[in-house]
Amino acid sequence: MSVELLDATALLLVAMMRAAVPLALAALGELVTEKSGVLNLGVEGMMLTGAVAAFAATVSTGSMTFGLLAAVLAGMAMALLFGFLTLYLLTNQVATGLALTIFGIGLSAFVGQGFVGQTVEPMAAVSLGALSGIPFIGKLVFGQDPMVYLTLALTGGIWWFFARARAGLVVRAVGESPHAAHAIGYPVRLIRLGAVLFGGACCGLAGAYLSLVYTPMWVEGMTAGRGWIALALVVFATWRPWRAMLGAWLFGGITIIQLHVQGMGVDLPSQVLSMLPYLATIVVLVLISRDSTRIRLNAPASIGKVFHPEG
Amino acid sequence: MWHVPQRSPSLSLKSRGGVGFFDLCRRFQRVQTDQLPPPRLQLRRIDKRFPGCHANKAVSLTLQPGEIHALLGENGAGKSTLVKIVYGVQQADSGEILWDGQPVHIGSPAQARALGIGMVFQHFSLFESLTVTENIALGINAKEPLETLATRIAEVSQRYGLPLDPQRHVHDLSVGERQRVEITRCLLQNPRLLIMDEPTSVLTPQEAETLFETLRRLRDEGCTILYISHKLEEIRALCSQATVLRAGEVVGSCDPRENSARALAQMMIGTELKTARSSVSGTRRGEARLQVTNLSLGALQPFGVDLKDISISVHAGEIVGIAGVAGNGQNELMAALSGEHRCADHDAIHINGQAVGRLGPKRRRDLGMGFVPEERLGRGAVPDLSLADNALLSGYGRQALVNRGLISFRKVNAYADRIIHAFNVRTHGRRAEARSLSGGNLQKFIIGREILQKPKLLICAQPTWGVDAGAAAQIHQALLDLRDQGAAVLVVSQDLDELFTIADRIAVMCHGRLSSLRSARDTTVEQVGLLMGGLFETADEWEGDHGA
Repeated sequence: MSVELLDATALLLVAMMRAAVPLALAALGELVTEKSGVLNLGVEGMMLTGAVAAFAATVSTGSMTFGLLAAVLAGMAMALLFGFLTLYLLTNQVATGLALTIFGIGLSAFVGQGFVGQTVEPMAAVSLGALSGIPFIGKLVFGQDPMVYLTLALTGGIWWFFARARAGLVVRAVGESPHAAHAIGYPVRLIRLGAVLFGGACCGLAGAYLSLVYTPMWVEGMTAGRGWIALALVVFATWRPWRAMLGAWLFGGITIIQLHVQGMGVDLPSQVLSMLPYLATIVVLVLISRDSTRIRLNAPASIGKVFHPEG
Repeated sequence: MWHVPQRSPSLSLKSRGGVGFFDLCRRFQRVQTDQLPPPRLQLRRIDKRFPGCHANKAVSLTLQPGEIHALLGENGAGKSTLVKIVYGVQQADSGEILWDGQPVHIGSPAQARALGIGMVFQHFSLFESLTVTENIALGINAKEPLETLATRIAEVSQRYGLPLDPQRHVHDLSVGERQRVEITRCLLQNPRLLIMDEPTSVLTPQEAETLFETLRRLRDEGCTILYISHKLEEIRALCSQATVLRAGEVVGSCDPRENSARALAQMMIGTELKTARSSVSGTRRGEARLQVTNLSLGALQPFGVDLKDISISVHAGEIVGIAGVAGNGQNELMAALSGEHRCADHDAIHINGQAVGRLGPKRRRDLGMGFVPEERLGRGAVPDLSLADNALLSGYGRQALVNRGLISFRKVNAYADRIIHAFNVRTHGRRAEARSLSGGNLQKFIIGREILQKPKLLICAQPTWGVDAGAAAQIHQALLDLRDQGAAVLVVSQDLDELFTIADRIAVMCHGRLSSLRSARDTTVEQVGLLMGGLFETADEWEGDHGA
C-alpha cells in the first residue's frame, strides 16, 4: 500500500472517530439513565442546550475548559428539571422527555441568537511528539483530540461500572424492579435522579463537542437529529456500552464515507446517500442483537414506568 | 452503623434523680420481668392508615427470644403491612417499637438488618435479570466481593438443605428456587429475628420438613421467628404462640398446639369454615378430554427443563392432579398444553379427540379448553386493566361479547358482574384494576372467568398458591362442582394437601418426566414425596401401579 493511501485511510478513520464522539457520549449517558429504569427522550434538547452553553461560555471567557464545564452544568440542569418532574411529580416520562427536547430547541435558539456567526479556536489534538509522527498509527492512536480519549475511557468505565461495581449492580437492580429495590431499602428515586443527572451531563458534553470541536460555531438546531440516533443506538446496542460505541463508529464512518462519495459525484440522489448512515446503523445493530435472551438480561424491565414508593 | 444500647436494669435505676409515678410503674415492670430476658421485639399500639383503608388498628405484639410465633389472618387482614413496618419498609403512623426492651426507630430495611431483623417476602423482592449472587449481595448490608459471597451462598444453602447455584439468573428459577434465594439471603446475616411470609407454600413436604428443621435449629440458637402462613397444620406443628389478625385488629392469641386447625381458621375468618365437598358420590369417568401421548419437547428457556416422553389422559368427570417441586417441568408442560409453546408433533396432544399439537391457544380454547396459569398478574390477568376488560380478554369468543368486531360493553359488564357475584370476589366493582385485588380474590375472579365459559377441559396451575384458607376452600369447591358437572380438570400444584383434597388421580413430575397416574385414594403422601424426589422405580416397586 502506498504511503498516500495509508495516510488517507488514517485521516478517514480519524474523521470517523470524531464524528462518532457526540453520538457515543449522548448514547452512553442515556444508557446509564435507561439502566436505572428512566426513559429520557430529551437527549436532543439536552445536547442543544449543552452546545449553546459551551459555545457561549467559551466565547465569553475565552476558555474551553469553562465551555465544557458550562455544557455539563447546562445538561445537568435540563436533566434535573426532567428528573424532578418524572421522579417526584410522577409525570409521564415519554411526554416529559419530548417536552424537554422542544424546550431545549427553543431555549438554545434564544440563548444562541447573539452568537450566530462567531467562531472559536477548535480544540487542539494532543501531541505526543515523536509518537504522533508515526505513520498511520500516529494520527489515529496518538493524535486525536482529548474528547475522543475521554469517550473511550467513559465507555470502558461504564462497562466496568455495570459489570463489576456494586453501585452499578444497585443501578441495574433499580431499573429491573424498583419495588423490590425499595423493599430491600434502596433510595430508588435518588438513585434514578443520579442516573438522570449523569445522562444530562453526558448529553451536555456531546453538544459541546459539536459546537466547540466538530464544527466550531453555533448554528440553530446544529445537532441535526443526533440525539434521536443516540436514543436508537442505546436500544439497538441492547444497553451494552461497547456496542453503543461500535454503533456510533459505524454511524460516524458511514457519514464520512457518504460525504466523500457525494464529493466524488456518484450518480445517486444526495438524499439517498444522507439516509445511509441511519439505515446502515439500524440494520447492523438489529442483526447483531437478535438474541432475545441477551436482550432480556440487559434490558431494564421497569423502563418508562412511573414508580411510587407507597404503591 | 445502627447502635443498639444493651439493656441494663441497674443502670436505669441508678441514673434517675427524681422518681415519678411513671418511673415507679416502669421499675415495677422491670422487677417483675428481671428474671426473664426482655422480649426480643415488642410492638405497642401500632397504627397505620392508607388512603381508603385502615391497615393496622392499634396492634400490639410481643415476641420472646427463641420462639416461633405465628401471625395468622386472611388476605388483607394487615399482616403484610405490620411486618413491613417491623422491617422498616413502611413507617407506622403511631405506636412504639421496642427491640430488646429499648425503643427504636426503624427507618429503613438497612437499619432493620443492622438490628438483626431478616425478612423473606411473600412477593419475592428479587431481580429477574440478575444472578442469585447479585440478588443476595443487594439484600445484605455487608459489602463483600461477589466471589467469596458465592462460595458462602453455596455453603449456607447446602447446610440448610436449600441447594442453590449462585451463578444462575433468577428469571430461570422456579418459584420454589426463588424462595430459597430469599431464605438464604436472610440466613447469611445470622438474624436474631426472622420474618417469614408464607415460606412453605411452594415446597414439597420433605423440603418443608427440612425448612422446619432449619427453623427449629435457628430457634434453639436463640433466633426469634415470626411466621406467617395460611397452612394451619404447619403452624400447629411449628409454632408455640399465635396472634390472630382480622381486619387490621388483633382478635386473639393462643397456643396453636392446643387448638385444632379448624378452631384457628374460625378465629381468623370470624365465621364457620366450609370444607370443599363433592355433591356427587363416587366419580363417573367419561371419555378422554385431554390425551397426551409421548410428548417430548425441548425447553424454550436456556435453563428450562426438557419434557421427556410425557403421557397422561384426563377424562370427563375427574380431577387429575400433577404434583412436583417447582422447576421440574411444570411450566414447560403448562406452556405445551395451553398452546403457548407449540409441539412439532401434531398428534402428541389431543383435546376432545382432536389433534392440537400445532394449534395456538385461541384454537384450543375454541375446542373447549379453559386455562388458569400460575402467574396471576401478567399472564392470568393484565394488572393495569379493569376486571371487566380482563373478563373480555378470555371470554370474548365463547361468551359472544363481540359483535362484528365491536365490543358489547353491556354484555362485558354483565359477564364481569356475574363472575364477581358467583365467585364472591371481594372488590369495589368491575372497574377495579386487576392489580388492586388481593391474590385470593383475583384468583377467584380468574377461575370464575374460565368456569363460567363452561369449559370441557380446565387446566389449572397452582390454583391456591398464596391464597387464604377461606378463598382456597371456595376455589376447591368450584373445581369440584365443575368436575361434578362433567368437565375434565387438570390441576398442577405443589400443595399436596390440596391435591389429596380434590384430585381423583395423581401423577408426579420430576426432571421433566411424569410418573404414571395413580388413584389418589390408594396413595399416601410419603409415596408422592418419594416420586417428587425422582424415585419413580422405588415408589412403583413399593406400591405397584394404580394408574390407568
